This record gives sequence, C-alpha cells and structure tokens, in this order.
Amino acid sequence: MPVLQRIKKPTTRKGKKVLLSKEPKPIEGPKQSIFLQGRNPSERTRKLLKDIYDLKKPDAAYLSRKNDFVPFEDSSLIEKLCYKKEAALFGVGSHSKKRPHNIVLGRTFDYGILDMIELGTEEYKAMSEFHNIKVLAGSKPCLLFNGPAWELNQDLTRLKSLFSDFFHREKVETIRLQGLEHVLSFTATDDGLIYFRSYRISLKKSGQRTPRVELEEIGPSIDFKLRRTKLASDDLYKEACKIPREMKPIKKKNISRDAFGTKHGRIHMGKQDINRLQTRKMKGLKKTTEEKKKILLQKKKDKKAAKQKQHVEV
Amino acid sequence: MDIVNEILEREQKKSDKYKPITVEKHLELEFDLGSLLASDTNDLDIKTLKTNKDSYLLALTRDNAQLLLNKVWELPTERIEEAIVVRLPQPTTILPRAKPVPVPKPLTKWQEFAKAKGINKKKKDKLQWDEQLQKWVPLYGFKKTAAEKEKNWLIEVPQNLDPMTDMYEKKAGEKSEKVAKNELQRLKNLARAKKVKIPRVGLPVTSDKASATQLSTAASVAKASTASLGKFQDKLPKEKEARGKGVHELIPGKERKRKAPIPTPAAEKEYNLNLLDNILSKRPKIDMDKAVAKSINEEEVKRSHEKKNMKPGLGKRKTQGKGNATNFSAKKPKAGKGKRAPNKKSTGRKRR
Repeated sequence: MPVLQRIKKPTTRKGKKVLLSKEPKPIEGPKQSIFLQGRNPSERTRKLLKDIYDLKKPDAAYLSRKNDFVPFEDSSLIEKLCYKKEAALFGVGSHSKKRPHNIVLGRTFDYGILDMIELGTEEYKAMSEFHNIKVLAGSKPCLLFNGPAWELNQDLTRLKSLFSDFFHREKVETIRLQGLEHVLSFTATDDGLIYFRSYRISLKKSGQRTPRVELEEIGPSIDFKLRRTKLASDDLYKEACKIPREMKPIKKKNISRDAFGTKHGRIHMGKQDINRLQTRKMKGLKKTTEEKKKILLQKKKDKKAAKQKQHVEV
Repeated sequence: MDIVNEILEREQKKSDKYKPITVEKHLELEFDLGSLLASDTNDLDIKTLKTNKDSYLLALTRDNAQLLLNKVWELPTERIEEAIVVRLPQPTTILPRAKPVPVPKPLTKWQEFAKAKGINKKKKDKLQWDEQLQKWVPLYGFKKTAAEKEKNWLIEVPQNLDPMTDMYEKKAGEKSEKVAKNELQRLKNLARAKKVKIPRVGLPVTSDKASATQLSTAASVAKASTASLGKFQDKLPKEKEARGKGVHELIPGKERKRKAPIPTPAAEKEYNLNLLDNILSKRPKIDMDKAVAKSINEEEVKRSHEKKNMKPGLGKRKTQGKGNATNFSAKKPKAGKGKRAPNKKSTGRKRR
C-alpha cells in the first residue's frame, strides 16, 4: 500500500482510504464532473446542463444552488468545488444581456484550471422533447467530428479535445458489438457555430457481416456559438498530457519484421579471434608431443629466416 | 447456364433489398478506434446546412457512423461469456490527465539499508502458534490484547531491579517510548523526503520568529561548534545556559553539573544524626588536617626566624661591586621560592 506523506497520520481506516484515493495514480479512472449555475442562470442553461449531466451519470454531480460568480474572472470557487468533489471537468451556466444562455465548459489539472471555453446556446431542444426510446445509460458513445474547422482553428482543436474528454466516458479494452448504440456528432462551421447532435444507432441487415447503420435522433440538439476561451499555456498542457513511464510502450530495438511477417532479431557480438576460439575438446584431435615439437622447430626456423632477411635488406 | 443466371439474379435482388454499407467520401476519415472517434475533414455543404439543418446533419452523421462501424467490425472479435466483443486498440488521442504523474517517493532510511543489504520483507501470518499457551494467538488486531494478557498474567521482577517496581507500568512505559521513537523517526524520514531542514535538537521554527528558548539553544550549539568546542568563547554578561533535552550532547565541552543522587532514607538518617552530634556534643573536635598544617607552618616560621638571626659573619658574603651591571657571576634568583600573598596571615587548608 502506498505511504501517505503527511505529518498527521489519518486516524480512521476510512479516512486513510479517502486520502489514498485522492493521491495521483499512474492510470486514472474516469474523470468526474460537476455542473453548477453561475450568475443569473436561465431555464435553457439549467435544462442543458441537466441533459449533459444525464449523459454523464454516474460520473457527474449536479449542484442546484445558484452561485454569484463569473468563471472567467474568478475561478477560485470552481477550483474549490472541484477539489471537494474530486472532479476534473465542470460546466457552469449563466445568462446576461451581453451573453445570453451562456455555458462555460472546462477542465482542471492538479486542482487548478487547465482550459475554459465559453459557448452560447442559440438553439436548444431538450432530450425530453424527443419522444422515443433513449439509449442505455452508461454506454460508451461514438464521437464524430465533422468539418475541416476542427483541425484548422486552434481554439476548436482544444474544444475537440475537451468534448472528447467530456463525452468519451472511459477507456475500455473490449466492447460488445451490440452495445454500440450511441453516436454524438459535433459539426463545426467556419463562422464559429458548432452543431451538437445525439443519435441512437440501430443496426440493420445488410447481407454482409457488417451491418447497415440507421440513426434516430434522441438526445439534446444544441447549436453552440464559440465565445471566449481561456486555454492553458502550451507548457501546462504538455505537462498535463505526460504519460507515466509504466504506460509508455517498451520498444525492443533489435527486433524487426520482414515482408512475410517473420520476426528477426539482431544479436551484437564482440570481435572474435578465430585462432583462440574455444570449441569442444576432442581427444583424438589433440596434438601429440612430437607434433608440438615439430611446430616449435618450424616457428624457430621461420623467425631465423625473417631475421636473416632483415639483415640482408639492411 | 440458366440456373447460374437465375442464382445470380436472385443474389442481385437480395443485395438490392439491402441498403449499401459503403460510403463515398472525398477525403478519408481519421479514425481513433481506441476512443471510438472519427474526424471528417471534408468540407461541409453550407447551403444544405442552412436550409435543412437537421436532415443534412442526420445524413452526414449516418455516413460517418457507418464508416466508423465498418472499421470497428474489421477488428478481431472474441467471445467472452456469450457476448461477442471486439478488442479495441490503444487510443491515439492524448487527453490531459486530472492529476500530475506520481513522483516516485524517496526511500526511507530503513528502506535504503534493506536494499543495500538485500533484506526482503517476510510476510507474517496473523495467527502464530504460542508454545506457552498452546494455541493460535493473533499477532495483531482482534483479540490480541486478551491473548497477551493471558500470557502475561504474571511478570516476574528480575534480581537487579527494586522489588517494588510495577512491571506492568514499566512495560507500558517502554511501549510508549517505542511509539514515540517510531513517530520521531517517521517525521525525520518525512522531513528528508520533503527536503525540509530540521535542527538536531528541539522543534523546527514554525513561525518566522523563533522563541527565546529556541534562540538560546541555537546560540549554545553555535558557540560549541568551534574547533576547541567553545572553550575560549566569551560569554555575554547576562547570558543564560541553554537547558533542555539533548542540548548537552551538542555541547561536549561543558562539564555537566551532576545532580547528587537522592539518598536513601537510612543514609539520610545517618547523615542527619551525625550533623546533630557534631553540633550538640561538647567534646572538642579535632580537625586533624588543620592541626597538621598548623604544626608544619609553625616549624617553617621557626626556621625562617633562625635563618634571619644568624650571625652576619658566617656564611659566604657576597662581594657587591660598584654596581657592576655586567657581573656575570651573580646568580639569577631561583623561581618558585616567593610567597604568593606575603601579607596573608591565615594558614591551613583551602576550604571549598
């Protein structure tokens, strides 16, 4: 069990567990989110945040009290609440004449704000207005980002990462083929409008193994307009995206695969002196004493000859 | 031939009944199957978007979803408990973490030692066989104290200790000392891990101003930190010695004023009676040391008087020249024969 580095040790076992759960872990679970109301919320923002909360249950908390603050000016309230609820994502709704039906979506890193993006809701159709069967709660949705604007605009790139962070639920290794039943589509146009649509997938026969996909709109249908943004600096974002060493894939350098798929490995050996190689001993091949003497004499002769040659040359 | 054609036609009709699963796109989509994500970078049809928003978006999403699911269906399937599942690859979109990557904590003093020596932790079972009690006794937790009590219903007082010592109290005292030592070592390890400097004696300064005792301890330790252990450091006129636990180990040059051991009742009684005897008895008390010193002094005084009253003719007279400064024959007076305090009259042993 990891050790807590605190001056005062926790007195209860439950308290210790709670503190350990707050410690950073190499592999993190799904991010928790909180939804609250800012200054003067409107019904639209309330319903909207409630819908998103429904989509994110059980990893979300909906706070019903009105709080008189503006996230872009004073973010300490959000940081405090996120610390209390151990939440990394948040959504705040507010309404004013200048910014009607405003929601701020954001995320935190190390209990401090990482990104904050303000979106205005132009059109909104609640989930309750679509009278059809909804999707099973807790299923992992498919995310689709349409439009070239997602890559071109830097704000939209961050917003794309924020949306995927918000809605991707959690990392799974295997998924049931029948369980793919929810699609969220985000379409971005060049004039800062983002269309959020949510559909239910029904798989139809297609005569082949892969089924035909038919969609039916269920959930909230929102037209967002991108307003202000407060994005993290590149350094902070880079630090937040750091992967722990345990997760990094270990590369083996001397293994390669050829065209046929056979695995090839390279072994690096040092220099070898052929004359002094140690091989198996075979008693029959051992040199007898006479043979050894012969070799010695031969060597001596060669040496003499070499010397004489030298003398002659000189 | 006809049969073949018929079959082909039938197949054609069948496939016509079904809607196609292929989608035509100008640019390929970018897939991240690990997070079930697809990005379509094709240009949007703004006209249709403005006119029939919902139907256009529905059609667009349906196409992209079809492509995504086609990709998912290509992945290898497995069968886990009556459900056909697909193993997803690792996600390629890097999302930021909620908390920073955990930093490996520095090892404690014991852990470093164990690593160097190669000592591994041995797992102990909760229940241990106790020979005395002849049963399985828990080492910790529920029913441990009851078992211990049963074992130690009687604790013998060993020979070297006073027969009146409370062994249970002693045991409890030792345990509390061990706990305190353990806590101290844990805090030291913690301070080393967090790289906080802590003084060797006393508690570290919490507020920005240190208290008077902390300052005096610090001053005493600093004074004793010279090469001659503070022996030649001057003391301020009103400087007080630092007191407290552990301070004297840091000031090795200082001699400790040892507190006299508390005398036993018998010894104290004897001492008091002797004192009373000395005061109240009328017998003259002879202080041997004083008497001896006095007699020696008298003898010395007598001898000095004799020397003075000796005839001036006798003895070698020193020829005093006309103030010859360079008279090398004059002997240097030998040292150590003078009196320390010539006017001092009282003799006898110096009293402490």
